[in-house]
Amino acid sequence: MSNPGLRQIAFYGKGGIGKSTTSQNTLAALVEMDQKILIVGCDPKADSTRLILHAKAQDTVLHLAAEAGSVEDLELEDVVKIGYKNIKCVESGGPEPGVGCAGRGVITAINFLEENGAYDDVDYVSYDVLGDVVCGGFAMPIRENKAQEIYIVMSGEMMALYAANNISKGILKYANSGGVRLGGLICNERQTDKEIDLADALAKRLGTQLIHFVPRDNIVQHAELRRMTVIEYAPDSKQADEYRQLASKIHHNKGKGVIPTPISMEELEEMLMDFGIMKTEEQQLAELAAKEAAKASA
Amino acid sequence: MSDIAVSQSADKVLDHFTLFRQPEYQALFERKKQEFEFGHPDEKVAEVSEWTKSAEYREKNFAREAVTINPTKACQPIGAMFAAQGFEGTLPFVHGSQGCVAYYRTHLTRHFKEPNSAVSSSMTEDAAVFGGLNNMIDGLANAYTLYKPKMIAVLTTCMAEVIGDDLGGFIVNAKNKESVPQDFPVPFAHTPAFVGSHITGYDNMMKGILSHFWDKAEQFDVPKTESINIIPGFDGYAVGNNRELKRIAQMFGIDVTILSDVSDNFDTPGDGEYRMYDGGTTLEATAAAKHAKATVTMQEYCTTQTLQFCKEKGQDVTKLNYPLGVGATDELLMKLAELSGKPVPDALRLERGRLVDAIADSHTYFHGKRFAVYGDPDFCLGMTRFLLELGAEPVHILSTSGSKKWEKQVKKVLEGSPFGKDGNAYGGKDLWHLRSLLFTEPVDYLIGNSYGKYLERDTKIPLIRLTYPIFDRHHHHRYPTWGYQGALNVMVRILDRIFEDLDAKTSVVGVTDISFDLVR
Repeated sequence: MSNPGLRQIAFYGKGGIGKSTTSQNTLAALVEMDQKILIVGCDPKADSTRLILHAKAQDTVLHLAAEAGSVEDLELEDVVKIGYKNIKCVESGGPEPGVGCAGRGVITAINFLEENGAYDDVDYVSYDVLGDVVCGGFAMPIRENKAQEIYIVMSGEMMALYAANNISKGILKYANSGGVRLGGLICNERQTDKEIDLADALAKRLGTQLIHFVPRDNIVQHAELRRMTVIEYAPDSKQADEYRQLASKIHHNKGKGVIPTPISMEELEEMLMDFGIMKTEEQQLAELAAKEAAKASA
Repeated sequence: MSDIAVSQSADKVLDHFTLFRQPEYQALFERKKQEFEFGHPDEKVAEVSEWTKSAEYREKNFAREAVTINPTKACQPIGAMFAAQGFEGTLPFVHGSQGCVAYYRTHLTRHFKEPNSAVSSSMTEDAAVFGGLNNMIDGLANAYTLYKPKMIAVLTTCMAEVIGDDLGGFIVNAKNKESVPQDFPVPFAHTPAFVGSHITGYDNMMKGILSHFWDKAEQFDVPKTESINIIPGFDGYAVGNNRELKRIAQMFGIDVTILSDVSDNFDTPGDGEYRMYDGGTTLEATAAAKHAKATVTMQEYCTTQTLQFCKEKGQDVTKLNYPLGVGATDELLMKLAELSGKPVPDALRLERGRLVDAIADSHTYFHGKRFAVYGDPDFCLGMTRFLLELGAEPVHILSTSGSKKWEKQVKKVLEGSPFGKDGNAYGGKDLWHLRSLLFTEPVDYLIGNSYGKYLERDTKIPLIRLTYPIFDRHHHHRYPTWGYQGALNVMVRILDRIFEDLDAKTSVVGVTDISFDLVR
């Protein structure tokens, strides 16, 4: 890599958890810290850079490649868009739902960017990856020489925890052969029971840290509707400060990533039981018996 | 069928072209046509065939977008395999399905008339779903144990590329599982067949192998040596050409490392011993080549990334475009003289003089002759340049792997000579485009590979086979096309075809034989 100081990070997490929103807000805050940033959206929906560009990127790498005939015919300037405070944005793009191979699209786009020197003049490259690590294409950013730190966006919901654990398995697979590490968990508040404790507990079980707990605030929705980050829309708001804190924590987290220790499904369920969120079978039986007894006595 | 007479008998065996002309086969073909094929009537076929020769059809043909017909290129893995086979004891290991590997091997074997060894990780449907890690682990272990290579070079097929298998990671994992020893060299290259062509694959594999040997940390701070690296590129004449390069280096008395030298591997002797691997650049020399002062590529378009990599290692780099003919050989030799500080040997000066003399002897037969040339980008550039030197007129220069930049480069070569004024470069076009060009703007001779024989049949324009693949003529790859000797070989091949053509066109007694000359 021609740029030794370059930090390559990636945001993963369950679909709909707020990866793109969280990452764009965080990166907008990083710009305030004088960092030069390139965002690589690895999602066929191409909405990873919408808040930075104030529009949904239409000119994705694959879209342009299809028009030009092949990827070799593209120039870097064609695909890199400049957004809020000079953040560079690229969307890999990909097929519409149900056809083709989105994973291959991610591979093609990332190879193109590397070969054409897109990483030469930036401090941060951030990959925003759709959903789960479902195939080799979506694992592309965590391969050797790409993202060194993965941040998993999650919440206190069961399936978000499950996805976070699953992504850790993907990281573990590549961590042994390459340099990828888990940077930490970012919890997006969903107001579930004991959310912060649960997130913290999962982080500990995975051998990592809960890097920040982002409280729920409707201002995020307001900003999003205006195609802006909170940092831009309401720079003085409390929520903007939350993202600034998160950005600063990530900035100072360099080299502190770990090889995660994912747990089994049973262990995950046990953890939820320990927190009293999920009931054990005995508890459920006891409750049922109590109900029956109540009915009988009535 | 007992009621049909059979011409074939054990006492007098007929070859297939005689056999299939016998009445029973002719009857069979006719019946097949009438009762099963239901094709268009012969008149209609002839009418459409005639239409495909028109200017109107040419326009439609050049507007074609969604289909390629007979491209002048093969896929990446063939190039990668070719590059890998030029290193000592190296077994190409194709991570993907078996059928693909059979194709690469066959293609190279049909040209070089030599056995060609490569293994596959034999991926099947379950590997496509679950990823090919286990295939890599077992495959490397088996290949290492059974075939005892000194190096295994891993490349990929489309399947492994579409599912995104991570070769670097897989190889580390396989080594951790002790498939091969930790220090055993397993360089790799991603070679998706749906991107680029065999020249891209060659480039990827060269870079993969050089990165493997050159990116080791302990080699920093070693001073540069006087040695010069030469990368030949993908070349069907590699056997003759690489030996010619070595001969030239020896005459100079300079230390040259040919990076990927397939000349022995594709020309093993028939002395009763089967050689799975033969010759090739030694692994030691490959590692040491990092410290060479310079790298010369004989084919720019086969080595774009590799040459950049050499440059990053602090080497002086030179790009050539298949140095064919007087001027191109001059450039090569003068570059070697400049880099080594040694003068061009007198013996080579003599060879040059003899070549120039030979050209002067025959130039009248080249003058005014129009040529079409197709093949790889570098070959087309070298051939065009040589034709201009001979006083011939290159008219259509076509390469499916040719880019816009290549087109400009060809035009620049054409502009350098008055004989180039009618010439035009066609990048990204195929042999069906060339067919239209040949019908609408005819030439006298066609230079390319064996696939041109269909164009020769349709257009009656004589074909001269001078580039890979040559499946239907034997052993030409053993003779060089580079250097002054090579240029002489090429010129003789072209002249022979011109004379055969002249004789054929003047052979009717009492009609054309006024020009059927004994002396030409």
